[in-house]
Amino acid sequence: MLEVNNLSTFYGNIQALWEVCLTVEEGEIVALIGANGAGKSTLLHTISGLIHPTSGSITFLGQRIDGLSSHTIVELGISHIPEGRRLFTDMSVRENMEMGAYPKRAWSQKDQTLEQIYQTFPILKERAGQLARTLSGGEQQMVAMGRGLMSRPKLCIIDEPSNGLAPRLVLEVFQIIESLREQGITIFLIEQNVRHTLEIADRAYVLENGRVTLDGTCKELLKSDHVRKAYLGL
Amino acid sequence: MDITTFTSNKRFQIWGISLLVVLAALATLPQWVGSYYVVLLTFILMYILITVSWTIFSGPTGYMSLASAAFFGVGVYTSAILFPMTGAVLPLPLIIVIAGIISFILGLLVGALTLRLKGIYFAIFTFGLVLLIQRFLLWFEMNITATRGRFVATLDNNYIYYVMLVIFVATLLTAYFIRRSRFGLALQSIGENEEAAAHIGINVTLVKVIIFAISAVFMGAAGAIMASKLIYIDPYIAFNPLLSFMPVLMAIFGGLGQFYGPIIGAAVFAYLQEFLKTEFPFAYMFTFGLVLVMVMVFMPSGLVGMIQRLLASLKEGPQEKSTPSWTLIFSFLFGILGGLVSWFIFRERRGARVHLKVGGVVTIIVIAFYLILLLLAYLGELRSGYFGI
Repeated sequence: MLEVNNLSTFYGNIQALWEVCLTVEEGEIVALIGANGAGKSTLLHTISGLIHPTSGSITFLGQRIDGLSSHTIVELGISHIPEGRRLFTDMSVRENMEMGAYPKRAWSQKDQTLEQIYQTFPILKERAGQLARTLSGGEQQMVAMGRGLMSRPKLCIIDEPSNGLAPRLVLEVFQIIESLREQGITIFLIEQNVRHTLEIADRAYVLENGRVTLDGTCKELLKSDHVRKAYLGL
Repeated sequence: MDITTFTSNKRFQIWGISLLVVLAALATLPQWVGSYYVVLLTFILMYILITVSWTIFSGPTGYMSLASAAFFGVGVYTSAILFPMTGAVLPLPLIIVIAGIISFILGLLVGALTLRLKGIYFAIFTFGLVLLIQRFLLWFEMNITATRGRFVATLDNNYIYYVMLVIFVATLLTAYFIRRSRFGLALQSIGENEEAAAHIGINVTLVKVIIFAISAVFMGAAGAIMASKLIYIDPYIAFNPLLSFMPVLMAIFGGLGQFYGPIIGAAVFAYLQEFLKTEFPFAYMFTFGLVLVMVMVFMPSGLVGMIQRLLASLKEGPQEKSTPSWTLIFSFLFGILGGLVSWFIFRERRGARVHLKVGGVVTIIVIAFYLILLLLAYLGELRSGYFGI
């Protein structure tokens, strides 16, 4: 579904990604793990068109998407749920959600989509009229995810959904991510919470200093000495 | 948008009907008022429509555009070239449309160049545009066409009024439908968080540039018809920087939160300006400035915000946090009373030097007391949290 080939990205003169290769197949949950500053967010921004790569290619459903602008990429069916939620804080929850359906493809069916999403996130229906900034951190993460789903994506890129949440809410977020897969949405998950991530994902890539250093199924990675030592503290 | 569910909306019906009544009143107005009021209303309509079209873009996005005078001036010059005193080149409605189109194109160009700038940089650049065009035209007129100003063909006051009314209605309708549309929401989300707006698939630059250009259309059209009212124009008159600041002040004065905020703000403000200018020709700017400062300090959400808060506190009964104290109410009453007193002194004895002095002294005393009272009220309210600071 998504294929990233020899991707290199620069910030000015500084190279942030070094010939990254990865694939995400339909129906999978694929995780990307790595420490702060490893280049995870840079990779995501490159995929969703907010930064353009210097070399290499990104293919989505057989179509080259590197070089396309971000709104075209959303229109094609990739939704990016940004790190730190990035809500429209002075708009209501409902308006936030409606904005998620901005792509033409999704706008006409936004009411049906909204009902479906309310089933996944019942709390959002209760909070529909409230301003987004009055919600708790966990609820705000729900809004961010709901908004990302409003564009009816085929692939959903989720950047650090557990960031800043209490442990119980982290579990809830991961359960929701699993339920999204059951609804047929492919997930590319970026996380620092390595243990939980490896439990729900099918495969994972380890990004270090802008390079993919390790990849495999989660079972393999959980057995790898390097992952155990560097990311699980075992 | 489904039109039938839209028109059966009760709120929409009430607003629609009252709007039609107001429109009917405005349309028949020249029949029963003198020509002074027709001219006054033309100016008020012009200020409202410029403020509303400024708000179309700058309200939701928070990008403070100071280019209004540039778009208006372009309209004025379009009219001056195509509708000179020596005879019209084209019929007037066509000229107004052309002025709108030229403003639109200028808006596209300027928007594409500057909307990557943020905050104060955008404001300064747009203001620079006004001065740039003004200076260029001045140079051009003096060196190439060897003139300084131009004469525009005059028209009947009522005719100008009706044309302005048509542009006014078009502006309101456009502003209303943009606000309600997908683009309106998109603009608002750009204002809230531009990066997140890009994330969810909004073509941020395109939306900003297009709406900026649309808001310029009406300013250009208004300039084109106002040229016939001004009769003589030169670059200083057409590109008057004051016209860049007026819509900003009027919109903030009225309150940006509601659709009708800028409309009420501009109407009151434009009338106030005219009133002060005719009643206190000497203290006009001073009083005007004072009123403005007061509004900025004490009514951060504008006239409409203030009224809404008062209504809310009346509805819900006294609340610790949302009821203005007696000091505040008293200071406002005192201000109004004092203002009336000094107005009568000025009004009755205008022309007589002695009484002018008396009137001036009374006014200054009234204003000083008013300021002290307001300050006291403000400090008191600060403690009870009324101003939410």
